Amino acid sequence: MTEEITNTHAIDLSKIRGDSVTKNISEEEICIKVNNFNLFYGEKQALENINLVIPKKRVTAFIGPSGCGKSTLLRCFNRMNDLIDSVKMSGEILLDKKNILEKTEDVADLRRRVGMVFQKPNPFPKSIYENVAYGLRIQGVNDRRTLDDAVEKSLKGAALWDEVKDRIGESAMGLSGGQQQRLVIARAIAIEPEVILLDEPASALDPISTLKIEELIYKLKEDYTIVIVTHNMQQAARVSDYTAYMYLGKLIEMNDTGTLFTTPRKKMTEDYITGRYG
Amino acid sequence: MLRIKKWFDSGTPYIWMNAGAVSISIIMVVGLIYLIAVRGLSHFWPADIAVFDYYAEPEAPKERLIAEFADEETVSRSRAGNPKYEGDFIKRDLIKMGNRDITGLDFKWILNAGIENKTYPNEVMVIERREWGNLYGFLVGLNINGNKITENNLFWSTFQNRIEESNNIFDEIRHIEKDLIGAINYKMERLRLDERSLELNQQKTPENLIILEDKRRELKEKYDALVNELEKLYTELNSSSFTVKIADGQEKTFQFSKIVRAVKPNAMNKLDKIRHYFEKLWEFFSDDPREANTEGGIFPAIFGTVLMVIIMAIIVTPFGVIAAVYLREYAPQGPTTRFIRIAVNNLAGVPSVVYGVFGLGFFVYFLGGSIDELFFPEALPAPTYGTPGLLWASLTLAILTVPVVIVATEEGLSRVPREIREGSLALGATKAETMWLTVLPMTAPAMITGLILAIARAAGEVAPLMLVGVVKMAPSLPLDGNAPFLHLDRKFMHLGFHIYDVGFQSPNVEAARPLVYATSFLLIVLIVALNMVAIHIRNNLREKYKSSEES
Repeated sequence: MTEEITNTHAIDLSKIRGDSVTKNISEEEICIKVNNFNLFYGEKQALENINLVIPKKRVTAFIGPSGCGKSTLLRCFNRMNDLIDSVKMSGEILLDKKNILEKTEDVADLRRRVGMVFQKPNPFPKSIYENVAYGLRIQGVNDRRTLDDAVEKSLKGAALWDEVKDRIGESAMGLSGGQQQRLVIARAIAIEPEVILLDEPASALDPISTLKIEELIYKLKEDYTIVIVTHNMQQAARVSDYTAYMYLGKLIEMNDTGTLFTTPRKKMTEDYITGRYG
Repeated sequence: MLRIKKWFDSGTPYIWMNAGAVSISIIMVVGLIYLIAVRGLSHFWPADIAVFDYYAEPEAPKERLIAEFADEETVSRSRAGNPKYEGDFIKRDLIKMGNRDITGLDFKWILNAGIENKTYPNEVMVIERREWGNLYGFLVGLNINGNKITENNLFWSTFQNRIEESNNIFDEIRHIEKDLIGAINYKMERLRLDERSLELNQQKTPENLIILEDKRRELKEKYDALVNELEKLYTELNSSSFTVKIADGQEKTFQFSKIVRAVKPNAMNKLDKIRHYFEKLWEFFSDDPREANTEGGIFPAIFGTVLMVIIMAIIVTPFGVIAAVYLREYAPQGPTTRFIRIAVNNLAGVPSVVYGVFGLGFFVYFLGGSIDELFFPEALPAPTYGTPGLLWASLTLAILTVPVVIVATEEGLSRVPREIREGSLALGATKAETMWLTVLPMTAPAMITGLILAIARAAGEVAPLMLVGVVKMAPSLPLDGNAPFLHLDRKFMHLGFHIYDVGFQSPNVEAARPLVYATSFLLIVLIVALNMVAIHIRNNLREKYKSSEES
């Protein structure tokens, strides 16, 4: 991990290359490690020399202004960017010490290990049950009892079971936005991934639903490594253990959340979290 | 001035304009259906029969006529052929006299002024015959199995009973001739082809021939038994006759085997007429055509149309969907794909008769000819598939309608939200799994929409079919009891072509006219029914796969 830290307040973005917090994390605790990662959309560079680590069974938040590349980075962890033709990547992203950017990587298998929840709730137009069972069915699980158990466990895990247990066969489209988002989380944890990526999971929800999602994230970190992208700094402060601030495709600063929000080491970070950023 | 401007700005005139356009469309559609329905369906109503004296000229000798009044018009003197009656404008009537075998004419225009002593006697009857159209006259005598009967209390009911009996016998005869003997002929033909194929394969050994010969003998025995039975039935059928006094006083004797039914329309009350009407309507719907398609029913045409549309749908749906999935999901989106897409869209605009020519050249002669050479060499030079038939007609219509299905499916695919696809992929589904499990089910309503449009177009198409398989009169339905049951190589009848044939190729124009309307009405009803089924399925699917934005 690069430890080049710019302590001066003079902003020289080209010199900023990651952060030092990661040195406190032992090798065993690392879930994802990103080394010298660059990403281009055609000619345009969207991510520049990213170096960071995501610790196991912790919540890591990416914050930053719109267009800073935090969602793009998140979507690299399960190779969701593959869907875009013009994307080119260089560097390494190690998941359990294995580079997932290799051409030989089984993308479908990777996505089973790294689940994802999107900004807008996207349940399938199927029953609640079939939504949760979807991932398992793809893996060839068709035994009714196994599915029943997994569906119940996942819905309980996503704190949705009590609300839907009586109408599990009804269409998921009838649920409220907050319920749909928790259903999508249940769907993601049904296949028992190692990592769950949350891409602004609460931005389309009302405050009460947001609160429920945040409580859920808090609970989920017992079992899963969670990476969350959020616009909402309070949310990052509330739910995350580590926070990374990104700006214009670069990682400016990463630290444990308490430290980053109270004593940021960079002026840019401070400006952003205090709201002085234009 | 200002108020008018304000009125214009308020948008009211545009609302009126739009509403007006919609109203006009609705009026036109309703008017069209009303016209066709009234003209077509009134044909089956039993008309009253008039008996009257007619003077073609004031001084001419009188003619006695029995006829049904079909139409009337008022024309100028010269148009009416300068008759000797007074007036600048002449009123004339179109009468249906029937008795075509005796008078030579079915319909005739007569001058209204020459009609005298018009009465509607209860005793006059209409006899529908299997040949020569209707017979009008009075029943004067019966000969039931040699017993001569004249006027008595049971005269009419004896007559009716005997008609029913002979109709039953006739149905049985037809069943034996068409179904049973037809099946034997079919098997005989198979045996002949088997023998020929043995010959072609150089296996025409005595042992093999004996097997064939045995089978043939067996069939021959069955055939002889049937022929015996037929003879008996024919004797029974022809054992009775009846005598009718026609308009000019002549008495004519007819066999019962020649008639379908006899009614006395003037003596009927409303209820009888309604019953008779629906009987006729049902016959029209369920019976085979008679007399060069101007009498009887149109069932083979309905059957052919529906079967052809179903086969077309079975071919076109998977084909169109697969093509659309490739174009939208897998093909790299570039100039080539765009060009292909434009070409597909333009295919929908090619005149349909061009598809007919293509079907004839490619499917019938090339594909069909090759199939014959490969699989049916024993039947050559008589073609099996190398001749127009049901399969080729369905395939031709399938290419004709495939652009519609492709466009509709592509539209549907593009409407599946990206989030749904990503959601599926993020759960570890491959692209193909995502397609099968999520995207295609959500596209199903759009596919069905395409199919609805395809059906609507295919069911109404006539021009290409004339080249690739439709005939005026098909001897047997393409679906029957002889294995393999569905005979894709057979020619078939079609409602659209039936309309053309009855309307333009019929020897009896006046009799055919109402049938054109009735058949058109039925074609519309059929297309609407097929569409209703498809729309119903689509709405169910839509309900099931409502995506998040619509909810």
